[in-house]
Amino acid sequence: MKKSVFFGALAATTLVAGMASAATIDDVKARGELLCGSSTGLTGFGAPDASGNWTGFDVDLCRAVAAAVLGDATKVKFVPLTGETRFTALQSGEVDLLARNSTWTMSRDSELALDFVAVNYYDGQGFMVKKDLGVSSAKELDGATVCIQTGTTTELNLADFFKQNNITYQPVNVADDNEAQSQYVAGACDAYTTDASGLAASRATLPDAENHIILPEIISKEPLGPVVRHGDNNWGDIVRWTYYALLIAEEKGITQANVEEVLASTTDEEVKRLLGASGDMGVKIGLDNAAFKNAILAVGNYGEIFARNIGEGTSINLARGLNALWTQGGLQYAPPFR
Amino acid sequence: MTMINAAPRDDFRLSMLIYDTRYRAITIQLFVLALVLAAIWWLGSNLQANLEAKGRPLSFEFLWSRAGYDIGQTFIPYTSDSTHFRAMLVGLLNTLVLALLGCFFATIIGVIVGVLRLSKNWLVALLTSIYVEIFRNIPLLLWILVIFVPLYEMTPAPNAFKVTDEMIASGTEPAASMILGGTVAVTNRGTYIPGFLFDRGFEAGWMTALAIFLVIGGSLAAHLTLTARARRVQEATGVRPTTWWKSLIVLFAPLALLLWSLGFHLDIPQPPTRFNFEGGVVVQNPFVAMLIALSLYTGAFIAEIVRAGIQSVSRGQTEAAFALGLRPNRTMNLVILPQALRVIIPPLISQFLNLTKNTSLGIAASYADLRGTLGGVTLNQTGREVEAMLLMMLIYLSISLIISSLMNVYNRSVQLKER
Ligand SMILES: N[C@@H](CCC(=O)N[C@@H](CS)C(=O)NCC(=O)O)C(=O)O
Repeated sequence: MKKSVFFGALAATTLVAGMASAATIDDVKARGELLCGSSTGLTGFGAPDASGNWTGFDVDLCRAVAAAVLGDATKVKFVPLTGETRFTALQSGEVDLLARNSTWTMSRDSELALDFVAVNYYDGQGFMVKKDLGVSSAKELDGATVCIQTGTTTELNLADFFKQNNITYQPVNVADDNEAQSQYVAGACDAYTTDASGLAASRATLPDAENHIILPEIISKEPLGPVVRHGDNNWGDIVRWTYYALLIAEEKGITQANVEEVLASTTDEEVKRLLGASGDMGVKIGLDNAAFKNAILAVGNYGEIFARNIGEGTSINLARGLNALWTQGGLQYAPPFR
Repeated sequence: MTMINAAPRDDFRLSMLIYDTRYRAITIQLFVLALVLAAIWWLGSNLQANLEAKGRPLSFEFLWSRAGYDIGQTFIPYTSDSTHFRAMLVGLLNTLVLALLGCFFATIIGVIVGVLRLSKNWLVALLTSIYVEIFRNIPLLLWILVIFVPLYEMTPAPNAFKVTDEMIASGTEPAASMILGGTVAVTNRGTYIPGFLFDRGFEAGWMTALAIFLVIGGSLAAHLTLTARARRVQEATGVRPTTWWKSLIVLFAPLALLLWSLGFHLDIPQPPTRFNFEGGVVVQNPFVAMLIALSLYTGAFIAEIVRAGIQSVSRGQTEAAFALGLRPNRTMNLVILPQALRVIIPPLISQFLNLTKNTSLGIAASYADLRGTLGGVTLNQTGREVEAMLLMMLIYLSISLIISSLMNVYNRSVQLKER
């Protein structure tokens, strides 16, 4: 008797590790809450506002997924992660989904056993300096001290860029955006380098934003997107197609305000499928047919999310640029919804 | 006793392993050892199986691939083309240097404060108690930030020292100036101090260092023989020959001669023309902040240990020393502290170990210690969490074991020797 209890316990403990990664969607539904890995605070992309509500471009993607899976965009718990802790948190199951300005690279896809399911922001690495430093190009930064977030692709790009241009620099590695910003502002580093979008977001929070410039060089490709664990393909599909639904909604002119109206009047078969009026696209990936409609109802289409959080007119003031729809000369392109 | 010894040896039965006191202790120990080994084996194979299931078996190959990132403070040559292994060494050296200097300063602070806390001067006793209580009761991470942030917020940036042609023409002074006769600059990135330069040094830097080291060692040895002879003469004749000027010559003349022949001069840091000071040696603020925070924090704990050690020496010892006419500070140095050391050293070892492990908070001050390189960037860029963590545990464990065995050797040398 005693023996079998012992071996039972042994077997159970051995199994737990395997079970945790079984089906993320079941875990999320059972929990009634989506765990979303987010930045520690990057205005416009993911940061809690004055009353503690998380808002931002990446945050809205998590909300859309929660709306699609659970039917309620507020059922998300945001877990702030630094550049260094984010992937471990995802791999160990601490979060279901990582939406935190993370660049899609080959080694993250393979060695880190992660899956990047889409690119929600096409970006590149830039430099910010104080205007009175008198520098107008990153190549003039020979000998400068540069602040950089540790555990990022930017750290590697920086080393490559200076090496290729035969110039030197003194790195100051910091844990998160906040710390980098305060050292940069105090002048402990001459330049702050990270994704250009992140620089724009940082700059927007500086009281004297006009005294800081972002240098023209973009030294890398940084396709940023939501990440899930490798191996749970269904969960990957859910996040991917929720994102594409938001893109298609923009393409088809469906907004948060007019969803119901479009649903009642549309003759477009793809729109009908998207909003769950025909076919069973939601059911195909284990969701409700109304899942994508719920997502659009919760956060609006891609264009609306962009405009509300980081677009022109907001304090971040980013142009759509590469992130315009493919129909408008950009790179945002969703495969057909059929 | 006699009965046990008299027990017949030949008829050994298995049940004796449990019922016979001679064997029971061994049986229990073997049993526990087997359980522990089984548990370790089980955990290990579980880890291996889970990793294999994920398609990522344990492998340390990543250590030999290109690191690709730069590190702020390096004591050995390192570039982004070096391997992850070298990045690990760089981090390890940063950890060790910080730990070593930290232990040194924490001990000095601890001994001084521990003695002063027992002072009869009310104000001194109060101030030192406040120090101990404040530092002991606030987490170290906060102290690191409290020290690091002002270090870069309140000091001038290097370009505040810049002198441009226009400034010379209009006669304006730079916003900040160097201290100690224009040789040292305190900036928000670090403190720039003069370095050593040798115009006619050896090809290899280490040979120059070795030459200097040998000359200093030789001078010291000569000085010691000189004073030893003086003592012998004094003991034999009662008259001590004057040695001070001979000592001075022996100690400094060879060194001065060597430095002169090597073309020694100071490399004084020059205010920046572009971004940073040129020349000299920079002691970076992350290092300074970590060193101050660790020394003050651990110093507070050591102060308590020292105080307890001193109080453990009986009052009679002090009275006896006073009765012999020893002054109070000689009493402390010659009578109390040597005896207190026996009580102080064992807990002191733990404090040294704590300090060493606490260096791993380095990232809070942008300090690239072992946790920051191997356990931070390397772990993150290669995705080898388990390997990096195992390696780090192994390294911290080895450092701790080395420190405690060295300290134990010292401890044995100060313990009461019963003859
Ligand atoms: N895209 C890069 C850098 C990501 C990154 O750390 N971005 C910064 C600024 S763009 C950020 O999100 N910081 C927020 C935080 O510190 O929590 C990567 O994936 O390695």
